[in-house]
Amino acid sequence: MSETRAVLAHHFESLEQQNEAAAIGMWAFLVQEVMFFGGLFTTYLVYRVLHPGAFAEGSAHLPVALGTANTAVLIGSSLTMALGVRAAQLGRGRQCALFLAATIVLAFAFLGVKGVEYAEKWEHGLIPGVRWSPEAGADARLNLFFALYFVMTGCHALHMLVGIVLMAIVAGRAWGGRYSRANFLGVECLGLYWHFVDLVWIFLFPLLYLLHGHRGGHS
Amino acid sequence: MSAPHAGERPSYLGGEYGLRSWLLTLDHKRIGLLYLMGVSAFFLVGGAFAVLIRLELLTPSGDLFQSETYNKLFTLHGIFMIFFFLLPSIPAVLGNFLLPLMIGARDLAFPRINLLSWYIYMVGGLFTTYAMLAGGVDTGWTFYTPYSSTYANSHVIAAALGIFISGFSSILTGVNFIATIHKLRAPGLTWFRLPLFVWAHYATSLIMVLGTPVIAITILLVAVERLFHVGIFDPALGGDPVLFQHLFWFYSHPAVYIMILPAMGVISEVIACFSRKRVFGYKIVAFSSLAIAVLGFLVWGHHMFVSGQSVYAGVVFSLLSFLVAIPSAVKVFNWTATLYRGSISFEAPMLYALGFIGLFTIGGLTGIFLATLAVDVHVHDTYFVVAHFHFVMVGGAVMAYLGGLHFWWPKMFGRLYPEMLARVTAVIVFVGFNLTFLPQFVLGYLGMPRRYHVYPDEFQVLNVLSTAGASILGLGFLMSAAYLPWSLRFGKKAGRNPFGAAGLEWTTASPPMAHNFESVPEVQGEAYEREHVEEELHV
Amino acid sequence: MSESGHVLPLRVYFAVFTALLAGTALTTWVATHDLGPWNDLVALSIAGTKATLVILYFMHVRYASRLIWIFSLAGFLWLMLFFVLILADYQTRVPVPGWAG
Repeated sequence: MSETRAVLAHHFESLEQQNEAAAIGMWAFLVQEVMFFGGLFTTYLVYRVLHPGAFAEGSAHLPVALGTANTAVLIGSSLTMALGVRAAQLGRGRQCALFLAATIVLAFAFLGVKGVEYAEKWEHGLIPGVRWSPEAGADARLNLFFALYFVMTGCHALHMLVGIVLMAIVAGRAWGGRYSRANFLGVECLGLYWHFVDLVWIFLFPLLYLLHGHRGGHS
Repeated sequence: MSAPHAGERPSYLGGEYGLRSWLLTLDHKRIGLLYLMGVSAFFLVGGAFAVLIRLELLTPSGDLFQSETYNKLFTLHGIFMIFFFLLPSIPAVLGNFLLPLMIGARDLAFPRINLLSWYIYMVGGLFTTYAMLAGGVDTGWTFYTPYSSTYANSHVIAAALGIFISGFSSILTGVNFIATIHKLRAPGLTWFRLPLFVWAHYATSLIMVLGTPVIAITILLVAVERLFHVGIFDPALGGDPVLFQHLFWFYSHPAVYIMILPAMGVISEVIACFSRKRVFGYKIVAFSSLAIAVLGFLVWGHHMFVSGQSVYAGVVFSLLSFLVAIPSAVKVFNWTATLYRGSISFEAPMLYALGFIGLFTIGGLTGIFLATLAVDVHVHDTYFVVAHFHFVMVGGAVMAYLGGLHFWWPKMFGRLYPEMLARVTAVIVFVGFNLTFLPQFVLGYLGMPRRYHVYPDEFQVLNVLSTAGASILGLGFLMSAAYLPWSLRFGKKAGRNPFGAAGLEWTTASPPMAHNFESVPEVQGEAYEREHVEEELHV
Repeated sequence: MSESGHVLPLRVYFAVFTALLAGTALTTWVATHDLGPWNDLVALSIAGTKATLVILYFMHVRYASRLIWIFSLAGFLWLMLFFVLILADYQTRVPVPGWAG
């Protein structure tokens, strides 16, 4: 099997310094991601406060069972990712690659379910600006809820797609023996990114799907 | 600290030649120069629009341009100057070049991301340039809804996309600087031994990372609204246009601190050098940078006093805006105390720095006027505001940029700029600036609205004075744009430390070799300690 | 962080995973009951707890340096500032007679 070798960049004095710098860099990047989605959450907050009826009604259109299942899928992908990072920490490149492959599968499952949900919204004419024909008597501000639904889950899905691409690359490298006990930083950073994607959904799910959910789950 | 020999190793300018060696460089110094090319080009574009604006305003009637065209002029002036010149200038040119040198490192933490930042910046600039060439955008640089999202017929999305893209350049630069300052300091270089330029850039990087993503999402929402009419900012569909303003200013106010904090960092370095003293109250100045960064996020509502925002929120924002002035004022006091009993000389960088102190103070004080709710009701959207922000942005940030460019020019290129000519130019810039913008305070207070090209006859005298000032200011800029490149070929060769300044960057060759230091230096003294500074007398 | 020294035992990951799934089931179940204004609070508390578990254990912040702790908190803190100040506007607007709300 190919040797693992630690690659120390010329401007660092030690691998430890290089790893710590990368960790700080990755976390700083995640902070800006928090603020990026934060702008959307702020918009959500304002319109939820201004139009609570529209948001409750919009939420009632979202399939709670499917959303809950999808949340479980994403959490599962976080587990497989965490296990993949752990495998890299232990120098087990192939095991790491397999866990990443599992994560990719789960990620595609999540996106598949979202695709089904989006298709259903298309059928019912609930995509503002694209195909908008809510039933008569619907709250006049329903478009705000769905605009936010699509922009927020859409941005989230885009981040997932980027994550999938990165996972494929890192999995390939892990399989090829690129990482070792001393040098698994790439996997760790990818893990941080993926867990962040999970974090966004942890908040998106209740805020979009579970508003005043005492009405039964709708499909 | 041992002084490396400039002899054997080629400088970062030599060694590798050809376009590819520049376009694929990972050397932070070359990347700084790539940014210098970019920001200079965009400054020219923004400046050209300023010329057209001032020409139009020579007469009270709108005789040079139609209103729609005039709207495009001030919009593009603002967009190019703010997003493609002011925001990147000091951090991406001077910060990139100097940070590793100042902390004894061989490069930034992430050199490839540094290069990527530059490409992202240039691509963003290209998008906005395309928007300009395709017919421009007329919403004002502030893109207020619902005009930008629903009614404008100009190239809003293309222009905004350019800003969206270049925002990521800013974010990545911030990430790079944060990691670098935390992890690549030389042994012995503790936080409180860092030059204040580094503290300033650290604070700036925090703002870049925390604020820029919000304008990214805001632009995205405007684009979605424009393309799909979903109602996010359209009152007819239930949206609130003021929400756009909240989202926009949450970034754009801290953005002005991205523009001024690095400038303040430059001033600290220049004042210390040309007073031959350490900066008075070092820790206070360092903490003030952080305080400005934090408090700067809490004041955005002062742009919205008359927008329909709740008056109670307005009161809160007004109070917070008074608070944010305090750390800036503290810095001015500390610089003044540094000057006191210093051994002062008036090289060109120092002239710019002294000009900064005066002009930034005026700009900052007029900011307090604007932060006062009741006064702002009267002067909001008048030339008073225009004068205020040009005082801090041009009298402040641009002067600091020019001062810094001159100060570190010999380090960057190994050549001295022509000193006498530079001093004359600095004075021309100062005089031209004041003549351009002081009349605008009066105009604004008397009621001339901003963004109008038609005005009452009685305002013409002041407008003519302003345009006259602008031509003098423009002359000053053109002069530097001429003699600085001239000096690359014909300027006197510079030694390692022509100004006798303290700081690790001055221990390297001029220009430095590619890897900055022969061996990683060890720092034992405090910042601005002059014992080991080798004075190189030059005429 | 990235001290390859600190490898968490498998059981920690599975415990967190189980807790996350339980939290998800719980939040969905609570949402089917009408608790009035408490629905939101419960939902966000559960989400916050789940997020904390992910950050501390999956993202290894529990074993990371203080700097990383600060970074992981900074973003959320900044968002809170944004929320509070923006609500300071929306929650204190006085309706103008004659205009729709």
